[in-house]
This record gives sequence, C-alpha cells and structure tokens, in this order.
Amino acid sequence: MRGSLYLAWRYVTHHWIKTTILVASITLIIFLPLGVRVLIRESAQHLTARAEATPLLVGTRGSPLELVLNSLYFGTDAPEPLFYSDLESIDSTKLALTIPLYTRFRAQASPIVGTSLDYFAFRDLDVVDGDMFAILGECVVGARAAERLGVAPGDAVISSPESVFDLAGVYPLKMQVTGVLEFSDSPDDDAIFVDLKTAWVIAGYGHGHQDLADATAATGVLRRDSTTITANAAVVQYNEITPDNIDSFHFHGDIGSFPVTSVIAVPPDQRSATILRGRFEEGAGFSQIVVPSDVMDELLGTVLTVQTFVLAAAIIMGLGTLATAGLVFGLSIRARQRELMTMMKIGASPGGIRWLIISEMVVVTTAGIAFALALTALTATFGPPLIRSALL
Amino acid sequence: MIRIRDLEFQYQKSDFVLRMTNLEVADHERVAIVGPSGSGKTTLLNLIAGITTPHRGSVETAGQHVSDMPDRIRRQFRVQHIGLVFQEFELLEYLSVLDNVLLPYHLSRALRLDDSVRARARDLANGVEIGDKLHRNVARLSQGERQRVALCRALVPEPSLILADEPTGNLDPTNKQRVVDLLLENTKAVGATLVAVTHDREVASRFDRILDMREFG
Repeated sequence: MRGSLYLAWRYVTHHWIKTTILVASITLIIFLPLGVRVLIRESAQHLTARAEATPLLVGTRGSPLELVLNSLYFGTDAPEPLFYSDLESIDSTKLALTIPLYTRFRAQASPIVGTSLDYFAFRDLDVVDGDMFAILGECVVGARAAERLGVAPGDAVISSPESVFDLAGVYPLKMQVTGVLEFSDSPDDDAIFVDLKTAWVIAGYGHGHQDLADATAATGVLRRDSTTITANAAVVQYNEITPDNIDSFHFHGDIGSFPVTSVIAVPPDQRSATILRGRFEEGAGFSQIVVPSDVMDELLGTVLTVQTFVLAAAIIMGLGTLATAGLVFGLSIRARQRELMTMMKIGASPGGIRWLIISEMVVVTTAGIAFALALTALTATFGPPLIRSALL
Repeated sequence: MIRIRDLEFQYQKSDFVLRMTNLEVADHERVAIVGPSGSGKTTLLNLIAGITTPHRGSVETAGQHVSDMPDRIRRQFRVQHIGLVFQEFELLEYLSVLDNVLLPYHLSRALRLDDSVRARARDLANGVEIGDKLHRNVARLSQGERQRVALCRALVPEPSLILADEPTGNLDPTNKQRVVDLLLENTKAVGATLVAVTHDREVASRFDRILDMREFG
C-alpha cells in the first residue's frame, strides 16, 4: 500500500500539468456549490444579525431596503431625511426609545454617523481607547476606520466635502478624535460617530464665527443698528470647533426642522411596538416604519432564489467537469496499458494495479478537496465583507 | 533448472502453435534462444516466467511446476525467483534510476524493501556504471544506460533465473557489447541461470548454448 501510494505520488507530481488540471477541476466541482452556499449563509448571518438586533426603523416613505441598508449598514445611498420633529413626536408617545441617525456625510471612505449616546448602549459598543465624545466637534471612531485612517485619540479627522465644485455647499469640519470603539465585526467598525448636533454643523445648520460685537471684527461688519448686525464675507468662519471658539457656535432656525436620516425606535415591549407600527400604518404622513429583519428576509429571499439558480448551474457544470475528469483518467489508463502490463510482469497483482490507479485518484481528489476546502474557508472569511460592500 | 515437457500453446485467434516436446536448461547455464520472428521465442520466455500458461504439458522452473501454480502463487514465485529484462527496457519515465531499480519492491508484497536491498541496488548500479545517476530521472538517460537500469532492476531481488527478451535489440554496437558483457558478468556473479532471446548471432555466440526455435518447428 505504501509502495502504491509512493508510485502514485511520483506519477501525479511528474505529470504535473495533467494533475493541475484535474485538481483544478475537482476543486471547482466542490468549491462552486460549497463556496456559494457558505458565502450566502455567512453573508446572510451577518446581515440578518444586525437587522434582528434593530426592532424598528423610521424613515421617509420610499424603499424600505434603501432605508435599512443606509441606517443599519451606512450605505452610500441616503434616503430623503426626516425632520427632527418626527423623532420628537415618537418620543412624545412614550412607546419607544428613539435614537436618531444622520448619515449624510463621510470622511474619506468612512461614514460619519450623527447620533445620540443611546446608540452606543443600544449596540453595546464600548470605547476601548480614549473617551466618548462629550462636546460639539468631537468624535469617536470605529476600530477599522481608526486603522484605515491611522487615527487615535488626540488626532483629528476631517469630513469630506460632498462636491468640490459646489462653492455654496458643505465645508469640511475638522473633528477631534476622543476615542476608538472596540471591534464589533459590524458596520460600526467602519464608521465615525459624532453627536447629532456636530453632524448638523457639518450640514451647515450650525456654525461658529468671529464675534461681530468685538472690535477685531469691524472690517466684517456691513451694517449695525440697535437690534441687528449684518456681516459681510470678510467675517472669519471656523472650520474646527475648539475650546476657544465653541461658544461662538450656534444654530439658526427651528431644530425641529433639522434633518435626520432615520430613527431607530426601541419599544419596551411587543405591545408598544404593535401600537407604534399601527400609528404609522394608519397615518398618511411622509414617514414609514419598518421592521429591519423583515426587510432583510425579503432581500435574502431574492438572494436565495439566485443561489438556487447558481447552484443548479454549478451542479450541471460540475457533472460535466466530473465526466471530463473521468474521461481523462480513463484515457490515461488506456495510454498506460503497456506500463501497467510491465508492472504485472515484474510482480504487481491485478489488485495492486487497481490500488495504484485508485491511489492516484485519491491523491488528485484529496488535493482537489483540500484546495476546495481552503478556498471555502477563505470565502467564508473574506466573502461576506465583499458581499456587504457590494450590497451597500 | 528449467524443464519443459510436451508443451503446447496457442494464442487466441492465431494459427501459430508453439510445440516443444522436451527442453532442459541446467542451473547456472547461459542459453541464447534464436529463431525467426514469429517462431515463439518471446512466448517461450513468457511460459518459463509463468506470465502465460500452456494449454498442454508442463513447465518446471527452479524446481517448481509454474504452469500448475495458482495465479497469486505463480506471481509471487516469479517476483522472488525470476528477473526479467525487456527489449524496450520498460522503465517508468516518472521515476528516478533508484526507484526504477527498486520497482519490484514497490509493487509486490512478496519482497521486503530495507536498507540492505537499497545498498544492493546501489552496488549493482555502481557495477554497471550508473551509480552517479541514481537520483536522475530515467527519461534523461541514454539507451545504453536505460538498459543497464533495467538489468539492475532484474538483478536486485537476487533471482535464480534471468530471462532477457532481446536485451540488445534497441542498442547501438558499443552499448550492445557493454550490455551483453554486464548481463553475462552479473548473471555469473549472482549464480543465476540466464536465458536470452536474441536475433543477433554474434551476441548468441557468447552464450554457453544456442537454442534455435526452428528445431522445435
């Protein structure tokens, strides 16, 4: 048996091109269906776990999927925003804890999420390095985002302008990093979190500038009367919030009209959830309430249908490849008749010859299975993040 | 000792019949079998080796009636007592020289591969001047070197009988002489009987006895 295995090993390594093709074929036969199943299962687990941990989500009417993907996974396609007053009206019902999310902005590739401190308790996120943000202009950074941006507490991140050609648009804000969140293997790892008001400052609803009452701002004053000071463009606006200028930051207009992308609603019990959902479904307003897990199940249902087709195609292709591999083995054995006959003459039994051929098949098949399993393991590790990034 | 009595053999779908009423080859004798193509020289070697069995008569090799043995026993007997050398060497291209020499040990459980066998294989290879090429793939050897590898493969289990089928048929004159020298020397050295088929009268003349197949026609 050892002799047969040795000879089989020498044969397959000597004929390495044929062996490589056969191993690749077997790897594909096994990996395609297995990899697809593992990829979809792992991706589904990742996606549904976060959705299932979020009881209700309120946003503007439109695509529930877009709302869920943006609010839970911080996708780039942001739905139309709600008013902050919508959150206040849910608050007033006392049916759920409300957590605002404002996800319009990004710092390089990392989403900037304006929210409240309740978000961190809700997602069970702790700061492992530094402290939670406390004042306007501070932020905490997810573990992967911190690594990617190369920032630590004490450093700063700058929000990215939405369009470099829009002079009237949003200007970058330099934010102080106060802490880095623990790794949670979730989209939170890629995000930068700020207080909702800081996000509104980035959006331009709040700002800070030179004190116009101060003598140093004289060149920036256009007109001054007893109640109003009108400034011109020479007034210095701050693009960083510091202890020195924080008092100059203020908001114009009614906070109730300020935007939030969505609101996570956390009802204390099923009854409150049902009542809250009922109110939204009865209402004819421009907001909607969705159960994220239902939305993700619908998405995964579509994905599973696609998976069925992919698996069917993979199985048909696998059978074809298997037949080809069998043919290659068969032809190879026919081509080796003389060699096998010599082996019989110098001592091999018919069973020994069969065992030799089986050993070659075992070596090739084992290598194919090993490669397929290794590829499947790699797919299980690296596939779901790719799927998430493709979906988002 | 080889003893053949009243032998008759015919291949399926063939008109040729090999008949041999009496043939004896003494121990340590070196016999060359000559004869025209199709006269049954190779068939005779196969019958002596027990690769094929006669329809009638008996073949006794090294004191055993090989024609009466069950397949498994006959195969084990062949491995242990008979060394085979072929015209086209029949080496495995994907193995090294050493692995080809040790091939019977890889293929048969009747032979046990140990350090003494490996040492003997090296000695044989050194003796036929391929000792420095033990780990070279046989595909990279000359024809003469390949036949020397095949000779070592036949000798390494220390058989009492060497059967060689046209051992010089594919060799140039220089290599032919060298291989015949080595075949005769080594057979003598291990005390084996040698029966070789050849078309070459010059080669045949170096054997103790020449057996012409036409005598049996």
